[in-house]
Amino acid sequence: MDELKALRLAYGEALVELGGKNENIIVLDADLAHATYTCLFQNAHKDRFFNMGIAEQNMVGVAGGLALSGFIPFVSTFAMFGTGRAYEQVRNTICYPNLNVKLALTHSGITVGEDGGSHQTIEDIALMRVLPNMTVIVPCDAVEMKKAVYAAVGYKGPVYLRIARSPSPVIMKEDYDFVIGKGNVLAEGKDICIIATGIMVPEALAAARELSGNGISASVVNIHTIKPLDEELVLTMAKKSRAVVTVEEHSVIGGLGSAVAETLIGKVNVEMKRIGIEDKFGQSGKPAELMKEYGLTSENIVLECRKLVAEKIR
Amino acid sequence: MQNHELLEISKEVRRNIIKMLGAAKSGHAGGSLSMVELLVALYYKKMNFNMKYPQWEERDRLVLSKGHGAPGLYAVLAEKGFFPKEELTTLRKLHSNLQGHPDMRKTPGVDACTGSLGQGISIAVGMALGARLKKINYKVYTILGDGELQEGQVWEACMSAAHYKLDNFTAILDYNGLQIDGTNDEVMSLGNVKGKFEAFGYEVFEVDGHNFDEILQALDIRVTGRPKCILAKTIKGKGISFMENNVGWHGKAPDEEQVKKALMELED
Repeated sequence: MDELKALRLAYGEALVELGGKNENIIVLDADLAHATYTCLFQNAHKDRFFNMGIAEQNMVGVAGGLALSGFIPFVSTFAMFGTGRAYEQVRNTICYPNLNVKLALTHSGITVGEDGGSHQTIEDIALMRVLPNMTVIVPCDAVEMKKAVYAAVGYKGPVYLRIARSPSPVIMKEDYDFVIGKGNVLAEGKDICIIATGIMVPEALAAARELSGNGISASVVNIHTIKPLDEELVLTMAKKSRAVVTVEEHSVIGGLGSAVAETLIGKVNVEMKRIGIEDKFGQSGKPAELMKEYGLTSENIVLECRKLVAEKIR
Repeated sequence: MQNHELLEISKEVRRNIIKMLGAAKSGHAGGSLSMVELLVALYYKKMNFNMKYPQWEERDRLVLSKGHGAPGLYAVLAEKGFFPKEELTTLRKLHSNLQGHPDMRKTPGVDACTGSLGQGISIAVGMALGARLKKINYKVYTILGDGELQEGQVWEACMSAAHYKLDNFTAILDYNGLQIDGTNDEVMSLGNVKGKFEAFGYEVFEVDGHNFDEILQALDIRVTGRPKCILAKTIKGKGISFMENNVGWHGKAPDEEQVKKALMELED
């Protein structure tokens, strides 16, 4: 059994560490510092933490002004408010002038759980992905989370870090080399290529193991950067496979599945299936119950892959 | 520099606003003309900057939160020498450095991208906070439109400037009373604007926004421990008889005949 750790906790720890190394890092939060774990940074670097109150639009704007003063502001709140409530501020204040602001937004997707559909973002990747200048990163575990925070600081320009709430398996090794825009192949197979992002990566790996027992050989690709997408890797893997399956804790519209389909279209003739939330809102429930309800489990990935093989390939 | 020189500069700025809008055949006349004295006071008497190095870190900053007043800002920046005046007639044209709304990536001297109302003031608050963190004594000014006060974000920003006691921050209201669909009161009453800013923790000064003595006096007063707000009573379309206080000139450019007439009025 893999160790479990919440990505948001890894985010908070990475901020503390980086804050000690780089004086230009500033953290803004909107009255959710104990949920986003920016409270760790607040404790460690008090003079560079600013609570902006429950006012996300202004928070994003102030971050823009701080970036224009030479700082690297991290903006944290729930993904719902950061990408939704403040969408036009992210567009016009941050992306339009290409400012060096990092949106590190937690409680993304349905694993927010009991708070229910009003707080579960199923559209945030889509919203951020269509903005010119924006980089979109969805870390798959606590190790990758920390590396993503470092990479975001090293990169000049707007970055959206999509950070899950619940503890999830740690699957990446500490010495793994994280590069923005470069996916990685976690398992090699020849029948199906499962391309996953975020907390669905461990589920994809479990599904691949299960499938091999059923005589289906599946590769697993971790796409942590949805934009810019590693098109080269996606095309290479698709050409080697008889079907491509994308998996994300996000709507099937506009997220990883769409990005992969946009890459493949006209270039590789391959069967494709997108697994994600089917154009509907979430609801209250335990994270694990919701993942099952919306088909975001290794069992469902196995089922869909087997169906694809039975109906389309053999 | 005496006030009569500032008045002459203001006249020239107004002439250039009219010429620019006439050439562009679109743009916002009324709100560009109403804030001319505010901009001239800031750029000629108050703000510290270096035309050769527009990005100089220690400069004072102006964020034109009412970004649709861009022609007014461009005319002043060109008058100051940030870029050649000949460029003014490229306003709003393809590949121009002078976008319909201010673009810091394209126009020397423009400190922020603005235009979507309510957002500029937040950027200005961030800059003021940045000055404090960098321990640099620059000042940050923002000019708001009165219709813009209807945006909730303005009040979020106001709250944060007061909370963080940003006394290097001044919000200036171009209070001309008109917006696209009519008067403020017809569209959405602003109520007691002075009282609102005071309640939000600002030191508020009321001035005639076309009177340099009053504007400069209010700009010069030192306020400590809290942000400053200058309510500048202005006339929309100021300086052109047929545009003054006429709501129809919010987002309209003069045609050839009107340009001639306006320039004649500005000759006197």
